[in-house]
Amino acid sequence: MTNRPAVTARGPMTRRLAGHRLLWPSLVLIALLLGNLAFTHDFFAVRIRDGHLYGSLVDILQYGAPLTLVALGMTMVIATRGIDLSVGSTVAIAGALACEHIATSSDPGGATTVLTAVAVALGVAVVLGLCNGLLVARLGVQPIVATLILMVAGRGVAQLITDGQIITVNSDKYHMIGGGHLLTFPFAVLLAAVLVALTALVTRRSALGLLIESVGGNPAAGRLTGIRAAGLLTLVYVFSALCAAVAGLMISSNVNAADGNNAGLWIELDAILAVVIGGTALTGGRFSLGGTVLGAMIIQTLSTTVYTLGVPPETTLVFKAFVVIAVCLVQSPVFRAKMPRRRKAAAPRSDTTADAAGRQQEARA
Amino acid sequence: MTTPSTPAGPAGAAGADPGERRPVLEATGIRKQFPGVLALDRVGLRLYPGEVHALMGENGAGKSTLIKVLTGVQPADEGTLIVDGRPRTFADPLQAQQAGISTVYQEVNLCPNISVAENILIGREPRRFGLVHWSALKRRAAELLTELDLDLDVSSPLGSHSLAVQQLVAIVRAVDLSAKVLVLDEPTSSLDREEVAQLFTLVRRLRDRGVAILFVTHFLDQVFELCDRVTILRNGRLEGEYPIGELTPVTLVQRMIGGELATLDELSEKAQEEAAERVAGEPFLTARQLGRAGSVEPYDLDIHAGEVIGLAGLLGSGRTEAARLLFGADTADSGRVTVEGRTAALRTPRHAIAHKIAFCSENRKAEGVFGELTIRENVILALQAARGWTRPLSRAKQDELTRRWIEALDIRPADPEAQLRNLSGGNQQKVLLARWLLTEPRLLILDEPTRGIDVGAKAEIQKLVARLAADGTAVLFVSAELEEVLRLSHRVAVLRDHRMVATLVNDDGVTPDRILATIATGADS
Repeated sequence: MTNRPAVTARGPMTRRLAGHRLLWPSLVLIALLLGNLAFTHDFFAVRIRDGHLYGSLVDILQYGAPLTLVALGMTMVIATRGIDLSVGSTVAIAGALACEHIATSSDPGGATTVLTAVAVALGVAVVLGLCNGLLVARLGVQPIVATLILMVAGRGVAQLITDGQIITVNSDKYHMIGGGHLLTFPFAVLLAAVLVALTALVTRRSALGLLIESVGGNPAAGRLTGIRAAGLLTLVYVFSALCAAVAGLMISSNVNAADGNNAGLWIELDAILAVVIGGTALTGGRFSLGGTVLGAMIIQTLSTTVYTLGVPPETTLVFKAFVVIAVCLVQSPVFRAKMPRRRKAAAPRSDTTADAAGRQQEARA
Repeated sequence: MTTPSTPAGPAGAAGADPGERRPVLEATGIRKQFPGVLALDRVGLRLYPGEVHALMGENGAGKSTLIKVLTGVQPADEGTLIVDGRPRTFADPLQAQQAGISTVYQEVNLCPNISVAENILIGREPRRFGLVHWSALKRRAAELLTELDLDLDVSSPLGSHSLAVQQLVAIVRAVDLSAKVLVLDEPTSSLDREEVAQLFTLVRRLRDRGVAILFVTHFLDQVFELCDRVTILRNGRLEGEYPIGELTPVTLVQRMIGGELATLDELSEKAQEEAAERVAGEPFLTARQLGRAGSVEPYDLDIHAGEVIGLAGLLGSGRTEAARLLFGADTADSGRVTVEGRTAALRTPRHAIAHKIAFCSENRKAEGVFGELTIRENVILALQAARGWTRPLSRAKQDELTRRWIEALDIRPADPEAQLRNLSGGNQQKVLLARWLLTEPRLLILDEPTRGIDVGAKAEIQKLVARLAADGTAVLFVSAELEEVLRLSHRVAVLRDHRMVATLVNDDGVTPDRILATIATGADS
């Protein structure tokens, strides 16, 4: 109806802000950071030392860069209604390949060596992504099963590459990727930022984002609309593998070593969590890159918090789990709608409204 | 808005009807706001025990929303709901069910992969020693079915039955919930005549037991055949509540659309004289011995530019299946197709789209629209998919195209950024049509485009079909309503038991009766 009043009830600005999908992830991140400030007074302090930025916030960005990248690829896969469990193995394989190449090369410090090492890692990642894509898009294997294969097998491959050892490398140029600085900023942060920006640009400026959301939102309708789903699916799995490979390079380069066993272990779960916290539903469809970045930052902040608070290592995971549960609850419209109900049990009329608002938001989310 | 009988209270009820009895369900002042759409504006409804009550209104009038409020799917923003004399608010459908309000929705909401018996009794399985008592479960389900004259194997998976049978099972399930109020949302839209009769027998039996039945339909004749009273909604407001005796089909429609009925006679029972000359030219598409095992037997069909071909036949006769082969929605395993004289392999929808063929599925929700995307995104999607992701339509172009089609088809709300799932069925159908018209198809295949949508939108879509044909688009029109098929088509292909049994030129000699006879005997008399 054109003549019906628009939603203007109480303050359109507040409404729009309250309904924004990034509101809750942002609030959670801010709360976590402020919480840290209470324990560590110089938590927000950023200093320049030797021409490099230093500080807890910078650390969070730098250590969070690999997770952000893995979550970036995961977002695209999840938007198509899929999931990629193999990213952790891809992280390990990429790091192992690059380090192996550099370690066995005659000129470990040379630019050519490092570039070849990166190229080998990325090239293999494309092949791994194609395998996942082939299984999912052409053979119709369920994504969780298809990528589980590589998740398990890939760990073994990474260990084969490293011969079960931790390969250490000594190459300043390689260390640049994950541990170096450019224009005072950590190089990893810049690299992740550029890749996120590029992804946003490509998905939103071309029709790629829309087509991916369509295929994920309603595959049957997508087929009848003439969308070439197989190509899109293959593309997102390749993209996810590439993102994981870059993350693998960052992680191994930061510590100057490749550990086939532990590099990127469980990172797929953190990445999925980051995507979900960021507001992209596991059922596919609408995705939010901004949300994913926030989600990754929340998880990294949490890890940092655990260390700065000095939580005993054996309880770290439990602590993390509690915070994650809290984050998920606070984001759940159903839960939020129930909270005021408890308090105002005596006033049944207002519940319906609260509930209604909750459900509307749920419907919109 | 004042209405002839706003349900102000029991006293006000004196006029219309079921005497002194108290309503089993009374809703007053129901208001529901969706983002950008005020779906219900202080609407009321009264249901008395032992009546069949029709809820009528155009698409977007608020029928579905009102039902969702009554059945606990969505809470109202304002208003009161009194069930059995007690004020209630339902937080979820389960609470509504426990209060005695059961619902059968337009789309069957059952599990196709489990048995008929389990579907009927799921959630209330008879138990023994804490475990499901399977034999009792089957026995109980069989009893329920027998009561309603349904002959089904209760152990067979639900999905192995036709949509119509699934619908009946859904009703059986709802009835067994010992309902005081049974809400039937478009229950007949996928049933054939016989099944409708079966359903009506069941509804009357339930009414005689004292169940209040709220019946939502677009079939006017069914309202007059079955219902005792009618509540009419218009644009989210209550238009009025009437005993059926006070209305005629014409006055009912007038109250629904709030004006004169746009006469379909303008279509002039269509220009039959044109038919002959259209058929004379080269066909746009020919199908020879096109078929698919287990779905439709090989058939021949020629479709000319500017020609409307109707596919008639009973539900399950292979109408839909025949149409789907021409779009590659299902892949044919025999026969061949030529488009403009050249052989065309229509193995997938993309191939068909490349040949300028478009297809609107009968299953709008599952195979048509993208609920979480906006109107704009839904409209441009087919065109964008054909261009590929690397050649995006500019935002300005998207907005322009969307606005043009929103206006041309009168899509409401007229907001390109409205989320599609918030639109009514008829408006979603229009969005789907807009999506395909944007691609300028040479052949438009419409499978039940008017099913489950109201009279006004139906007339608009029929007119659109006639206009497209006049402009040279070939249209393949599949519909269960023979009158509609005959009104629009130049030729009618009749299907029976998965076989195309006759192709009739629609001249004065073709009547619904003659088509029914063809369907019945399998040959044109």
